[in-house]
Amino acid sequence: MDDTPLPPELAALQERLRRVSGLGLAELEKEYVDLLGRKQGKVTKYLKLLAAMPLEQKRVYGAMANRLRVQLEDAFRARRLELKAEALAAPAEDLTLPGRRRWVGAEHPVTRVMDEIVEIFREIGFAVAVGPEVETEWYNFLSLHFPPDHPAMDMHDTLYLDAPPVEAEPAGRLLLRTHTSPVQIRTLLSSPPPVRVVIPGMVYRNDAFDASHSPAFSQIEGLAVDEGISFIDLKATLNHFARRFFSATTKTRFRPSFFPFTEPSAEMDVECQLCHGIGCPACKGTGWMEILGCGMVHPAVLKNCNIDGERFTGWAFGMGPHRIAMLRYGIPDIRLLLEGDMRFLEQYVP
Amino acid sequence: MNVSRRWLEAFFRRSLEPQDVSERLTMLGAPVDAVEPLHTDLGDLVVGLVEEVRPHPNADRLRVCSVNDGGAERRNVVCGAPNVTAGRKYPYAPVGATVPHGKGGAPMKIERAKLRGEVSEGMLCSARELGLGQDHDGILELETDAAPGTRLLDAVPFDDHRLVVDVGPNRPDLLGHKGVARELSASYRSPFRLPAIPGATGSDIPLSRRVATSGEVGGVHITIDDPEGCPRFHAAVIRGARVGPSPAWLRQRLEAVGVRSISNVVDATNYVMFELNQPMHAYDVATLREGSLVVRRAREGERLVTLDQVERQLTPGMVAIADGGGTIGVAGVMGGTSTEVSPASRDILLEGAYWDPASIRRTRRALALSTEASYRFERGIDRWGGADAMRRCIEIVLATAGGELAGAPLDLWPVPSNPPRIFLRPARAAQVLGVELPWHVIEQYLVAIGATVVSKPEDGRMAVDVPGWRPDLVEEIDLVEEIARLYGYENFPSDLRRFRVGSLPDASSERAAAAVRRGLVEQGHFEVSTLPMGPADGKTSVHLLNPLSASDGYLRRRLLPGLVRLVEANWANQVADVRLFEIGSTFELGQPGERPREERRVAAVLTGRREPEHWSGTGEAHFDLWDLKGRFEAAAALAIPGAAVQVERNSWVVRDSQGRTVGEAAPLAADAPPWAAPLFGFELVLDPSPRSATRFRPLPSTPSSQRALALLLPHGTSAGQVEAVLRRVGGELLLERIEVESDYRGAGLPPGMRSVAFRLTFRAPDRTLRDAEVDVAETRLLAALHSELGIQRRDAGTPPTGE
Repeated sequence: MDDTPLPPELAALQERLRRVSGLGLAELEKEYVDLLGRKQGKVTKYLKLLAAMPLEQKRVYGAMANRLRVQLEDAFRARRLELKAEALAAPAEDLTLPGRRRWVGAEHPVTRVMDEIVEIFREIGFAVAVGPEVETEWYNFLSLHFPPDHPAMDMHDTLYLDAPPVEAEPAGRLLLRTHTSPVQIRTLLSSPPPVRVVIPGMVYRNDAFDASHSPAFSQIEGLAVDEGISFIDLKATLNHFARRFFSATTKTRFRPSFFPFTEPSAEMDVECQLCHGIGCPACKGTGWMEILGCGMVHPAVLKNCNIDGERFTGWAFGMGPHRIAMLRYGIPDIRLLLEGDMRFLEQYVP
Repeated sequence: MNVSRRWLEAFFRRSLEPQDVSERLTMLGAPVDAVEPLHTDLGDLVVGLVEEVRPHPNADRLRVCSVNDGGAERRNVVCGAPNVTAGRKYPYAPVGATVPHGKGGAPMKIERAKLRGEVSEGMLCSARELGLGQDHDGILELETDAAPGTRLLDAVPFDDHRLVVDVGPNRPDLLGHKGVARELSASYRSPFRLPAIPGATGSDIPLSRRVATSGEVGGVHITIDDPEGCPRFHAAVIRGARVGPSPAWLRQRLEAVGVRSISNVVDATNYVMFELNQPMHAYDVATLREGSLVVRRAREGERLVTLDQVERQLTPGMVAIADGGGTIGVAGVMGGTSTEVSPASRDILLEGAYWDPASIRRTRRALALSTEASYRFERGIDRWGGADAMRRCIEIVLATAGGELAGAPLDLWPVPSNPPRIFLRPARAAQVLGVELPWHVIEQYLVAIGATVVSKPEDGRMAVDVPGWRPDLVEEIDLVEEIARLYGYENFPSDLRRFRVGSLPDASSERAAAAVRRGLVEQGHFEVSTLPMGPADGKTSVHLLNPLSASDGYLRRRLLPGLVRLVEANWANQVADVRLFEIGSTFELGQPGERPREERRVAAVLTGRREPEHWSGTGEAHFDLWDLKGRFEAAAALAIPGAAVQVERNSWVVRDSQGRTVGEAAPLAADAPPWAAPLFGFELVLDPSPRSATRFRPLPSTPSSQRALALLLPHGTSAGQVEAVLRRVGGELLLERIEVESDYRGAGLPPGMRSVAFRLTFRAPDRTLRDAEVDVAETRLLAALHSELGIQRRDAGTPPTGE
């Protein structure tokens, strides 16, 4: 069948297929109508003629004619696109002029840091939990094993509310939470282990403003409680976080520290991101940057949440996204993060 | 806590590398914030031997000295100091050297000079000129065997490092050099012992211990009236002491930790505090009225001038120290001036007490007076360490001020006790730490921190008697931490292991907040985060008890006022295009005895150009009311599922099912510069309930038909009313969509009318609508509008005149 020669009518048309790619815009459309026009097109007409041919011829020539029609359609389409592209490339406009834009906004740099942290922990099975910013002394201090009237309280200069205590709650004197840790208590009281949550939120201290202090700043807390959790899990998970958040080769170190609600307690430092451990003014020459506090959940905390501390163990951490944002973006003064200056915010358009 | 490297070295009898010490302490949990080299500015000075002193020919007060600086020739130095003596050694600054504190306190370069006709080549220096103390009455006499010309820093151990150690509130034992040395000893695995006191004869002084609240020592009668506030009291009397300047070694120790030298007796008490963490106090026995000392609660209205020369008012909760005539000191915080040791004092009473930490804390807060002593007592000193501290203090006083002990020092201890015993299960340590350590290793660690350990493997536990200087060790887990600390946190493995996913789902409120945030960022808004404190905003504002400032005394009820302030600040920076939003908490008083109502809200403000300016001429228009409404509606849909924006008075609001306003949008008043564009804003309460999934609606398979409907609306009739009628009546008429095309007011309309054009889209889901059907629908809609609102088509000619 392949060696069946084209009927002469088709052979002539086949010749014109070859020429399509050289036609200009006006000729192209004329040629299209002449060949493929719905009423007078030559190919169209030939296809119509097929109806009157004998079956055998109809089968062979029909296939040939249809193939030619498809080839022609393709050739015209390709040539049309080519001509359009040529027209677009024509230097009718001064293309160096600025384009038209729309306003773009941005998330707060701290939100961005917070989201990034949450995302890393979500991947390893943590969910997000939140809690109120007005708390009672019990949730903020006592349940977290802060000894009453102890200097440990001095680390949390507290803003108290001028309001009567909450009747329905133990030690109900009201305050603005000084850390996100009360949400640990709320979480453990409301749901049995296994618990794996991260807790982002704002916290408040009676601190005057300066370049690195603000009465309001963010914290993100993490808590994992289950059977068989040990200090190894704490170290491994936070190391994983540091390598995901900073870089795969970031060095960390854990050193003993003190928090009333964890024991053993630790502080995690990461290699200074500016000098990479050599020592610079940003890391006070130590080569390390303090990133987060952490530790094994104190058995007294578990007990206050009615959890059997002999069976379940846990670890927790807390860090300050405001501070981390300052480190990461090289922001010299925390006030910039709280002032809403458009000239500052516009730098953080993604 | 300031730690002196030299002082530490005295414990180990060898030199220590400050960087190494700092590293070790940091890794043991006491980070070193700074390592400050002391007196490195004395490098130019040498030991000078004055061989001859002659009067100055032209000045009565000056002398001309011949100074041997180790060179072949003697230097001629003109000196005004009254104490310069031939045959003694002094710090000598040769020509070209720099003296750290010259006239006026600034560094001074020494030059060859002529003083009243006599050549002076260099200078003999006083302590003050070298930054070694306040003494400027004469030049500093050196007690050294070093040859003339020896570098001063090599001859006399002035050079030191001050390590600024960040001591946590749980580790009072690290507030003394001995405690720091103990930690280092555990780390170096090398022993340490107390430094010897130059000139001391030994410290084996027997104490007179009394299980009682009163006793007598050296003729002073001592009574504890408040054994709760003062569980233990040590006192000793030294007679015939000579109060005077301290020897150089003592001055240097104290100056290295930043404490001014006062006198040998006072310095001895401070030395003991910085070495053994036991604050001491010295009284002049002669000033104690009726020869008595009483520890009791302060009485209402008692007043006292403390050593800092401030008159203080005591309150009954405080523990006071009194003599026969009244209060003479605030226990554990500061003594009074009336019994202060002076150069005239001969008989000295030394006090070393254990004060109840909570009571000291309350007192120093009430007085707003924190001292080195109160800082230590508040954190809890060693209740069992007072005797050794007293012996040490006596030893130093006797060695530096002379005199003799009057009777055995008194140890009043009404209720004696032993340091606590804790039982430790090594298996528990392994459970918490994930690392199983051999018993003997655990024992070794605990012994290193001063504990006494008795292993009872048959019980699976150890009995651990913790040392008195570690009040932080009260239960098993505290020992587990010690084990981890001494094992070294860096030695724990760090392998991610299998875990169980938590049982809690994500907080839905955070998801809702994230959706709103994304929506507003896409609209060109910038997220901000502001303080929730500010001025009062209505009667239901929550007041703070201890605000940062009077203007920040209340918690915000709404977010918008804070955002308006930010817009004003941006205007002040000449920024005209401002689009901000905040997602934050607001607070409002609840019922008495209940928590304040706390809500997560979102608010946004916008002013300036609608889009960035472009050379083609677009982007000149400012945001207007309709931008506000559009953004408000979009945000409301994200913040509150099913929110319906309604018109109320002159603003848009969203109400919840109880009718409470949960969203509001309006033009905002602000302190705007004349060039500023109008300001708009909205605020919404974020609904924390989980969002339901969007249901799929089949795509239309039939074409739609559209009709334009220009209506004449009389004054007082709103487009919303028209739309409501169209929607209600149009439901069964296959009316799919209603859009407003224009709102025209002006020429060509009957008086009091405006023309609002709607575009109506009709569609039947199952067939192509015929024109005739749509005509019927249109007619019926017009009839309804006419009968309900009296509205006619604009092109229907003149309005009908009654019918």
